[in-house]
Amino acid sequence: MNDNNSRRDFLSWLTGLGSLAFLGSIFYPVYKFLIPPESTEAIVSQVKLPFTRSEIEGDEKKAKTFKFGRTLGLIILTGEGELKAMAATCTHLDCTVQHRPDLEIIWCSCHNGRYDLDGKNISGPPPRPLEKYVVNEIKGEIFVSKETT
Amino acid sequence: MIKIKFTLIFIGLLLFSINGFGSDNNCLNCHLDWESEEGSAAKYARDIHSQKGLGCTECHGGDPSLDDMDDVRDSKGYRGVPNHLEVPDFCARCHADAAYMHEHNPSLPVDQLAKYKTSVHGQRLFARKDKKVANCISCHSVHEIGTGQMPYSSTYPTNLPATCGECHADKEYMAEYDIPTDQLEKYRSSVHGQALLQRGDLGAPACNDCHGNHGAAPPGVASLAAVCGVCHALEAELFAISPHAEAYRENDFPMCETCHSNHDIIKPYDEMIGAVGSAVCTNCHSADDGTIGLSTADSILVSINNLVQAHAQAKRRLNEAIYKGMMTTDEEFLLKEVDQTLIQARTLVHSFNMDSVAPKARAGIAKADTIIANAAGLIDEYYFRRKGLGVATLIITFLAIMLYRKIRKIESR
Amino acid sequence: MDGFQSGPIKNSYKWLDERLKINALIEYMGSKEVPRHSHSIFYYLGGITLFLFIVQVITGILLLMYYRPGADSAYESVKFIVSEVSFGWLIRSIHSWSANLMILAAFFHMFTVFFTRAYRKPRELTWYTGMGLLALSMTFGFSGYLLPWNELAFFATRVGTGMAGAIPVIGDFLMVIMRGGEEVTGATIGRFFGLHVAILPLLTTGLLTMHLIFVQRQGMSEPMHWAGKKREEKKFMKFFPNFLYRDALVWLVALNILALLAVIFPDGISVIHWPLGEKADPFAPPPPVIRPEWYFMFAFQALKMFPPHIWFIEGELFGIIIFGLGGLIWMLIPLLDRGASENKPSKLVMTFGAFVILFIVVMTIVGYLVE
Repeated sequence: MNDNNSRRDFLSWLTGLGSLAFLGSIFYPVYKFLIPPESTEAIVSQVKLPFTRSEIEGDEKKAKTFKFGRTLGLIILTGEGELKAMAATCTHLDCTVQHRPDLEIIWCSCHNGRYDLDGKNISGPPPRPLEKYVVNEIKGEIFVSKETT
Repeated sequence: MIKIKFTLIFIGLLLFSINGFGSDNNCLNCHLDWESEEGSAAKYARDIHSQKGLGCTECHGGDPSLDDMDDVRDSKGYRGVPNHLEVPDFCARCHADAAYMHEHNPSLPVDQLAKYKTSVHGQRLFARKDKKVANCISCHSVHEIGTGQMPYSSTYPTNLPATCGECHADKEYMAEYDIPTDQLEKYRSSVHGQALLQRGDLGAPACNDCHGNHGAAPPGVASLAAVCGVCHALEAELFAISPHAEAYRENDFPMCETCHSNHDIIKPYDEMIGAVGSAVCTNCHSADDGTIGLSTADSILVSINNLVQAHAQAKRRLNEAIYKGMMTTDEEFLLKEVDQTLIQARTLVHSFNMDSVAPKARAGIAKADTIIANAAGLIDEYYFRRKGLGVATLIITFLAIMLYRKIRKIESR
Repeated sequence: MDGFQSGPIKNSYKWLDERLKINALIEYMGSKEVPRHSHSIFYYLGGITLFLFIVQVITGILLLMYYRPGADSAYESVKFIVSEVSFGWLIRSIHSWSANLMILAAFFHMFTVFFTRAYRKPRELTWYTGMGLLALSMTFGFSGYLLPWNELAFFATRVGTGMAGAIPVIGDFLMVIMRGGEEVTGATIGRFFGLHVAILPLLTTGLLTMHLIFVQRQGMSEPMHWAGKKREEKKFMKFFPNFLYRDALVWLVALNILALLAVIFPDGISVIHWPLGEKADPFAPPPPVIRPEWYFMFAFQALKMFPPHIWFIEGELFGIIIFGLGGLIWMLIPLLDRGASENKPSKLVMTFGAFVILFIVVMTIVGYLVE
């Protein structure tokens, strides 16, 4: 009789534990779900750059690349101190372009394609200009967004 | 009454037929009717000169208001049809006249004849009176001349190789000249030929981009690097400061062409550099030639191959994660960066210096390693989810059994 | 109270009863019984549908924390949920699976009710509210499908709303109201979103409450071959706690199956597939195969198979009329099958039901094979 009782108690206890585990396996994911992840949003028409103007100035080519949605972008600091941003993929055969402050052009090293600082293709194989982006500086942070026609 | 009407109509028709095309180009009255559709008169409407408002007599001379052939021939200023040797001067009457060209198209150069005279074609035509070499109309056609920007023109980049090939690929025609006739065939199979002719990439060179058009001549040995370097600037720059530059100059070896050939330029592959027999390095270098040539070549190949392998492995792992349905945008980005590093490393080969190649390869391998690590993490996450599911299933199954037992207990009463 | 432990539960009950006089209600509920017979397993189907609906509400509210409607943000937010948010992939996957399983369960529930003719008097209202709930579920499915704003959903919605435009007289008006314009755009997302998270839940709550009250009030329908039997000849089980425990067991198993499907097949199985894929691009050419969701496939396929013209009527229009009529007959079956309340067997009704099932199954299969 006692054995039966203790067995029943054990099973009740186990069931209680199981129920707790069950509720845990439901509430734990919900709890984790509600905690916001690191990158709080997912807009891809605008991106905040993870570096500052002075970091761009400090770069020897006065330029940096950044991720813009699924594409790569390039931001440069012109001789006049202006920040300009554009797509970084050459329109010829998809190499990544670079800033050449010595020649005041955007240059593609693959086949010597050249763009002016607004992304317009001026020499060599590239058939189309680079897509231009809009740069906004707010309180020391740089925001790059697509041009709205 | 009817007779008068008839006469009036007849006179009217006569007058009409005389004035049919206006009095400024009666040539076409007959030449259009009598020639076939492939004849000069029919083709002329497409010609750039026609579009600029020039008629038959602006080149051939004579009086356009006349409509009898013999009258025209006798008229003042008639120049007729030039023979093969006379053509360059015939065209240059306008095209080398800066003042005249300024009125019609100020941006067109007027040095074509001067350049032509320096070309192989020009030299043979003028000095040797060779009637087989190319003159203006051999390349530009006649009566349907289009500019190089018109897709139907014989000088449009995608048509140009075939235009040159009309003579230069014809073995019998070229038999008396001591030059090969396989250039067109080689070019068609080359990277440039495929890019231009199959993909329509106008950034790729046609014959004139390397050989010049009016001053056509094979680039000299010394200038070849400059010619290739117009597009392949970085490779040319690297080569110029490499140990090879001096050596090639001293030995009069054509740069670029020595390793990459001239017309049948194939897509370079990594094993072109190295110390084994199939590498181009061994054409000059040997193991005991007193230079570090072959050993450097070997190290460079090893370095590049390491990067290639790292890239391939990263791609494999990433694809595994993608196939398992995990989200991999960041890693895909990184893989593109590794692609870019590979291109850069392969370009740096032209420095023939491990100090340039090795660090670049290492950087690429480091990125590839990151991808592999991340992909492994994603795949672990995939299995973790299944383990989590397994645990949850066990819990639920246990509870379900307990519940079932409770039901049985209640109902056994 | 049988089966209740002593102590806190008994005390809470007493506390409530002193204030709300729930004793009579509890005694009434305690006396409820569920018939036991060879087909009583079908009684669980309604509960499964309810369970899956509750899962939808919970996962839907969770998704609402991160989803942002709009052509520039919908796709990105869903991608964000699935890749960045902890367990986001799981919540989304459960939501998609539960949606499909709920509609499947609803169909099974409806067909078992039909074939046991449980819609007969006095349960006609339960049938009518049930039909309303089915229509609401399918509308839930249709509106929710567009929300990720991916290629799949965009074209399926364009085709679906386009078909609505084929309805005579009101068709064009209906289509414009549905789309929020002439074409499927971000405006459509706005409307479908409002429909999906506000209007439909409101209507469903209303109809569902009525449906459940009716079931509770009237109890489960007894099988027709019990008519005329005496009380002692019939077998019953108590609703509280027996049937409820059994129901809980079924719900646990359903939850487990749902979890298994959500983890092992997060994007669906074979042709019933909802990978996130590419963002919708209205200017891109449509993919070679556009499919509506499986529960619309039979109608989609059948409409395609009508010849272009029947007499003087346009084929598609004729098809819509036929469907409309069929749907109407199905909906009004309690009215048309009066013999059921007198326990008269009806080969006609049974045959009609069998034909409808066959039609739906065959058309659905054909729809997937043909493409």
